[in-house]
Amino acid sequence: MYYLNKIFTYTKGFRRAYVLSAISVFSPTLLSLLNPLIFRYVLDIVIQKFDSSDTFFDKIMFTLVGRNILKVALLMLTLALARGVGLYFRGKLASIASEGIAKVLRDKTYFHLQNVKYSYFNSVKTGDLIQRCTSDIDTIRKFLSVQLVQVVNIALMITIISFVLARLNLKLSIIVLALVPIMFIFSFYFFKAIKKFFKISDEAEAKLSTVLQENIHGVRVVRAFANEGLEIEKFRVANQHYTDVTYKVMKLFAIFWPVTSFFSFLQLGIVYYFGITWAVNGDMTIGTVVAFAMYIAKLKFPIRLLGRVLSDFGKASIAFERIEEILDSESDFDHTLTLEKPEIFGDISFNNICFSYDEQKVLDNISFNLKKGETLGILGPTGSGKSTLIHLLTRLYDYEDGSIKIDGIELKNIDKKWIRENIGLVLQETFLFAKNIEENIAITSDTIRENEIINAAKTASIHNGILHFRDGYKTIVGEKGVSLSGGQKQRIAIARTVINNHKILIFDDSLSAIDVETDANIRRELKRKHGSSTTIIVSHRISSIIDADKIMVLEDGRISDFGSHNQLKNRDGLYKRILEIQETGMDGDFNE
Amino acid sequence: MVILMNDKTKKESSANIIKNLFHFLKPFKFYILIAFISIAIISGIEAYMPVMQKIAIDNFIILKSTVGLQVFLLKYIGLALSLLVLIYIFTIFGTKLELALVYSLREQAFKKLQHQSFSYFDRNADGWIMARVTSDIRRIGDIVAWGFIDLVWSIGYITGILFMMFKLNYKLSLVLLVLIPFLVIISIYFQKKILENQRKIRSVNSLITGAYNEGILGAKTSKILVNESKNIDEFNDLTTRMNRVSVRGAITRALYLPMIIGLNSIGLIAVLGIGEHFIASNSITIGTLVLFINFTIMFFDPIQEFSRILAEIQGAHASFERVLELIHSDLDIVDSQEIINKYGDINDKKIHNWEKLKGDVEFRNITFLYKDNEPILENFNLNVKAGETVALVGETGGGKSTIVNLACRFYEPTSGVVLIDGVDYKKRSQSWLHHNLGYVLQTPHLFSGTIMENISYGRPEAPFEDITDAAKLVKAHEFILKLPKGYDTEVGEGGNNLSTGQKQLISFARAILKNPSIFILDEATSSIDAESEKLIQEATNTILQGRTSFIIAHRLSTIVNADRILLIKGGKIVEEGDHRSLMSKKGGYYSLYTEQFNKF
Repeated sequence: MYYLNKIFTYTKGFRRAYVLSAISVFSPTLLSLLNPLIFRYVLDIVIQKFDSSDTFFDKIMFTLVGRNILKVALLMLTLALARGVGLYFRGKLASIASEGIAKVLRDKTYFHLQNVKYSYFNSVKTGDLIQRCTSDIDTIRKFLSVQLVQVVNIALMITIISFVLARLNLKLSIIVLALVPIMFIFSFYFFKAIKKFFKISDEAEAKLSTVLQENIHGVRVVRAFANEGLEIEKFRVANQHYTDVTYKVMKLFAIFWPVTSFFSFLQLGIVYYFGITWAVNGDMTIGTVVAFAMYIAKLKFPIRLLGRVLSDFGKASIAFERIEEILDSESDFDHTLTLEKPEIFGDISFNNICFSYDEQKVLDNISFNLKKGETLGILGPTGSGKSTLIHLLTRLYDYEDGSIKIDGIELKNIDKKWIRENIGLVLQETFLFAKNIEENIAITSDTIRENEIINAAKTASIHNGILHFRDGYKTIVGEKGVSLSGGQKQRIAIARTVINNHKILIFDDSLSAIDVETDANIRRELKRKHGSSTTIIVSHRISSIIDADKIMVLEDGRISDFGSHNQLKNRDGLYKRILEIQETGMDGDFNE
Repeated sequence: MVILMNDKTKKESSANIIKNLFHFLKPFKFYILIAFISIAIISGIEAYMPVMQKIAIDNFIILKSTVGLQVFLLKYIGLALSLLVLIYIFTIFGTKLELALVYSLREQAFKKLQHQSFSYFDRNADGWIMARVTSDIRRIGDIVAWGFIDLVWSIGYITGILFMMFKLNYKLSLVLLVLIPFLVIISIYFQKKILENQRKIRSVNSLITGAYNEGILGAKTSKILVNESKNIDEFNDLTTRMNRVSVRGAITRALYLPMIIGLNSIGLIAVLGIGEHFIASNSITIGTLVLFINFTIMFFDPIQEFSRILAEIQGAHASFERVLELIHSDLDIVDSQEIINKYGDINDKKIHNWEKLKGDVEFRNITFLYKDNEPILENFNLNVKAGETVALVGETGGGKSTIVNLACRFYEPTSGVVLIDGVDYKKRSQSWLHHNLGYVLQTPHLFSGTIMENISYGRPEAPFEDITDAAKLVKAHEFILKLPKGYDTEVGEGGNNLSTGQKQLISFARAILKNPSIFILDEATSSIDAESEKLIQEATNTILQGRTSFIIAHRLSTIVNADRILLIKGGKIVEEGDHRSLMSKKGGYYSLYTEQFNKF
C-alpha cells in the first residue's frame, strides 16, 4: 500500500488523464455486457412474442423499442458507437497517463544517475542498474496502463455478469458461477508456480548468450588455440540446456490450457443440461439459455487473465522499491550550500591528506605543493593510491582529514562543477560517447570551432589518424561505432580535454596504450601549447615523467620519495628499481 | 585498424527465403505434420461447437422434448474432450517445432562463426552478430512455429464457419461474406500500423537503454567533463520521443478496436434484422438465427488473427534475411577438401597425420590489403629461423600486427606465400598451425569458468601438475593460491573477477601449457605495471627458449634481448638487427630508444 501511495505521487500532472481513463473503463465494459440481454429480448419477446417480463432491463427495452426489430438494430448501433468512443478514450487516456508517468520516472532516474556521487558506481553493477531503469520502469508502466485497468475491468465484469445471471436464473447461476473461483485460483497458482520455470529458462538463455558473447569477443583466442571444436561443444551444451528447460515451461502450458478450457466446457455443459431440461418444462426461455451461454463465453479469458495479472502484482511493488533505491542515493551536489567560483590560476597544495575507502586506508598523510605552471609526475605500483589522489583533487571522492587548496582556497568551499570545469583530467580508462569523433572532441561545448578541434587533435597526435578513417572526423565511435585501439581512444580523450585551455591538466595513466614516440610527441606539444598550465602526469613509464619538475613516488598510500629525476635516480628505492628494469640491456655509452 | 560497419544486408527475395525455410524445416516434418493436423481439427471442432446450441434449441427446447438428451450430452462431452486432448498435442508439437528450429538455426549459425576468419569479425560488430544469433533466430522460431499454426487455425476456423453457414442458409451467409473484405482490409491496415509503431517504440527504447548504459559507464567521464546537463537534455529529448511514439501507437490501437466492434455490430444488426424476417416467413428456425449470431461474433477473431500474422510475417522478413546472411556468409579462409581429408577439420582433427612444426617462418613477396583499401604490406619479405626471437617495433599502424596476423594465418596474404617449415601454409590445415601457436594479446580474454579451466583451455586433458607447472613458470601460481578457492576460483564473465595483470598472467600460462612451436606476444605487457612486468619478462625469457617468437612491444626495454629487431614503418622493414648493432647505427631505432630514456 505504501508503494501505491508512492506511485501515486509520481502521477502528478497526469492525474486527470488517469482518472478519466479509469472512468472510461466502465462504459465500454457495461455496454459490451448488454448485448446478450438484447439478444435474449429479441429471441423471447420480439420473435417468440412472449410477454415482456417485469425485469428492469426488459421494461426499458419494451418502452424503447417494443417489438420493432429495426428499433432494436438502431439501439444496438447506438450502443456500439458509444462503446467504440469509450474504448477509444480509454486507450488514449490510459496511455497518456502511463507513458507520462514512465517518462517522469525515466527522466528522474537518469537525472539522478548523472548527479549521484561517484562512489555510488563502485557499489553497484551496471547491468543491474540498467535493468532497473528499463525493465523495472516498464513493469510499473504496464502495471499502471494495463494491469490495474484490467483488474478493475475484470472485477467489474465478473460482478455484473454474476448479478445478471442471478437475476435470470438463480439456481443455474449458482451452479455455473461456483466454478469461477476454482478457475481463478487454479490460474493464479499456475502463474505463480510457473515463474520459477520461466526464471530457469531465462537464466539458460542468458548462459547461452554469455557463451556466444565470449566466443565472439574472444575470437582471437579461440582461433589461436584451434579450439573451435571445444567452443562448438560448449555452445551445443548451452543450446541444448536452453531447449530442455524451455520445453519444460511449455509442457506446463500444454497442461494449463486444456485444464482451463475444461472448466469452461463444464460450465457450458451444465448450462446445456439444465437449460434444456428446464426450458422443456417451460421454466426457462430460449433467450435465457442463449444469454447464459454467451455470458459464460465472455468469462473464459478474463478469469485466466486475472490469475495471471494478480500473480504479477507483486512485481510492480518490487520494481518500485528498486527504483526508489536509485532515487534515494546521495547526490553529488548539495544545493543548500553557497560555494565559491574563484578564478583558477593553478597553485595546488595538499596538507596531511588521509583517505580511507571501505575502512581501508588508501592515502596516508599526503602533503605536497605544486606551483602554477609546474609539472608533477606520479609513479607507483597498482593500488598505491595514485588514482585516489586525483579523485580527491577533482572531488570525485570527498576528503575528510587534512586540506587541499587551490590558489589558497580550500577545495571544499569551491563549487564542484566549477572545479571540474577548470581541471582538464584525462582518465585511465577512456570512455567515448556514441557520437562522431568531432562531437566527442567538442563534447564540452557547443561553441567550439572546427579549427580548434583540429588543433586539439594535433596536440594529441591523432589528427592524421583521424583523417585515415573513411569518414574522417565524422566517424562514429563509442559502443556502436568503429572499434578503436586503446591508444586511439586515449588520444581522442586527450584532444577532448586539451581543447579547453585549462589551468590545471591531469593525465591519470592516460598515455599507457600509446607508443613511446607518440607519447613524447604529445608531451612536447603540451609543453609548447599548455606550458603555463599546472600539469600532473601519472604513469608507469619513467620516460613519461622523466622531465617533470617534481616526481612523487607513491607506495601503499604514502609518499615514499619526492624530488626531481636527477635526485631520485641516485637514491635507492622504487624509482631507481623501476628505472633499472626499464633500462635493462642499455649500454653505458647511452647514459649521458 | 579501421573497421567498417556492415549495415547493408543482402536482400533475399521472398521466394529464396521460403526455399531456405523449407530446407531448414525438412528435419522436423513430423512435428509440423502433427501440429498442423491437430490445429486443423481443433479449428473444425471449434467452428462446429455453436451448432450444438442450435441443436439444443431446435431439437429439444422448441420441440419440448428431452428425447435423445443423453446422446446430445455424450456428443458434447466427446467433442469437448477431443478438443482438450488436441490442444495438449498441438501445444507440445508446436513447442517441439519451435525449439528444434531455433536450436538448429543457432547451431548452424554458431558453427559458421567458428569457421569465419577475423575479417568477418572486423566487418561486423559483436552486438550485430549477437543479435542475429539470439533475437532474430528467436523471432523466426516464434513466427514459423506459432505464426503458421495460428494461420492454419484461422483459415480452418473461417472455412468451417463459412461452410456451415452456407449449408444452413446461403442468403444470410452472403450478408456476412460482404463484411469480410472490409474486415480484412481494416485489420491488415491497422495490424501493419501497430507493428510499425511497435518497431519504432523498440528502436527508441533501445536508444534509451543505450543512453542509460552510456550514462552509467561514462558517469566518471561526464563528471570530469561537467557534461551532466547536456546528457540530461539529450536524454529528455529521447524520453519525449518515446512518449510521442508510444502514445501515437496507443491511439492507433485505440482506433482499431472500435472499428472492429463497429463492423461486428453492423453484422449482428443485419443478421438480426434479416433473420427475424426469415423466421417470420418460417424459412429459418430460431436455433439457426442464434447460430448465425454466434458465428457473426466468432468469425471476427480468426480474421483479426490472420491479419496480425500476415503483418508479423512481413516484419520477420528482415530477421530471415539477416540470419540467412550469417549462415550463408562466405568464408575468407578455407581449407580445401583435399586438405580436410588429410588433416581433418575443426571438429575432427586428424592429429596423427599432422607434420611436426619446427618453426621456420618465411614471408615471400607478400602483399596485403583490406578490402578496397591501400595495401598495408607490399612485396614484403622476411625469413625467420626456427627458435629465433623477432621483435617488431615502430609506430602504430605501421603493419606490425598485420605481419603477425599473417604469420598466424588469421588473415591470408592478398598475394605471395607464407611458408612454414618451407611449405606454403595453405597446403596444411588451419588447425595444424593454430594448434602449434602460443598467443598472448594486449588485452587478455578469459572465458567464464575456473582458473584451471582457463589455463587448460588449449589442452583440456592436461593433468593438474602440468597446469600448476605452467602457472609457476609465469609466476601466477602464488597469486592463484592466495585466492579463496585457488585454482577452482571462478574468473567471472570475461574474467572480470580478476585484475588485468592477473588475467594476463593466466593467459600466459594458458599459452605455455600448449607447448607451442611459435609464440606471439602482441603488446602483452603493456597493461601490467612495471614490477609485475619484470616478473613476466623473466618468465618470457625462459618460455621463448627454443621457440620461434614474434614480439610486438612499445616498451623497448622488453625486447632488447631479441635475436633480431625489426623497425617497421609504412609496411616496410626500415632497420633490422640486434639491439647492439641497431644502437650503434644511430638510426630510427636509436632515436626511438633514446626517446624513452632521454635526459639520463
